[in-house]
Amino acid sequence: MDLKSSEQATRTPLRSTAANGLKIVIVGGFGVGKTTMVRSVSEIRPLSTEETMTRAGVGIDDPEGVQNKTTTTVAFDFGRISLNDEMVLYLFGAPGQQRFWFLWDRLFSGTLGAVVLVDTRRVEDSWYAIDRLEHHKTPFIVALNDFGGPVHGLENVREALSLSDGIPLIHCDARRRDSSKTVLITLVNHLYALSDTQESTP
Amino acid sequence: MTSRPVDREGPDRLYVVTGGRSRADESTIDIVSLIVSECDPTPGMQSEHVKILRMCRTPTAVVEISSELDLPVGVVKILLCDLLDTGRITARHPSSTPAWAQLPDREILKQVLVGLEKL
Repeated sequence: MDLKSSEQATRTPLRSTAANGLKIVIVGGFGVGKTTMVRSVSEIRPLSTEETMTRAGVGIDDPEGVQNKTTTTVAFDFGRISLNDEMVLYLFGAPGQQRFWFLWDRLFSGTLGAVVLVDTRRVEDSWYAIDRLEHHKTPFIVALNDFGGPVHGLENVREALSLSDGIPLIHCDARRRDSSKTVLITLVNHLYALSDTQESTP
Repeated sequence: MTSRPVDREGPDRLYVVTGGRSRADESTIDIVSLIVSECDPTPGMQSEHVKILRMCRTPTAVVEISSELDLPVGVVKILLCDLLDTGRITARHPSSTPAWAQLPDREILKQVLVGLEKL
């Protein structure tokens, strides 16, 4: 058996029965700890890749739109968790900046839900991400990454983010596996509760 | 739309590896679709195709292929379409992708919870 490329030796393969890929997206500004969170729970070292999109005058009624053509490139990290023989959960760390949202549908349609990771020293960095997730009707929770600074009251942060009561808001330490695990479980429980509500409302 | 000149912003390499194609049916491939090789590479095959066939001897997600080949996801999808068309690979698409703005299946969510609890 020839192991031609070194990458084959270092890659951790999925089980041969793996058949259903799922997505959860962790959204947040630069340095907020997205990759750290992915790394803390992922079974593989976080990988990165990118997507590009060429847009010709999107939303602009311009017959010469070709000249306005712009190429958008976004890079993102990801890791994965094999949940059982068939299901594999992919965790994506995605930057919250404006150009990223042009690619949201292409990359993350069908995502289970999202985690907005917030640095309490820069709460305002998360406003845009929250607005966009609401726009895309993607269910989400908000997690405050603990940077060892003063502990912020959750209610103050909820107010600062204009977050409705129904959206879970928790503290976390993205470096710790058990803490990141709790964040993911909180999200999935939230999705479950939402589907409960949806089922009982005709 | 008729054929367009090579995008000035687009790196030539991306144009070359896809043979200039940009197809519509790649939209059926999700970034977490799991790709499985159905044959071994053959001599003369495009090097990216060879790499994909080697990688996908065990199921491999589209994003993992993209990362490994160092090519954007959209370019990898075009390469995968070629291999799908000729039956060299099969794709296991996410079964849970909900219709627009709907919540995921409850049975799926239960299984996700069980899996996460084991972490």
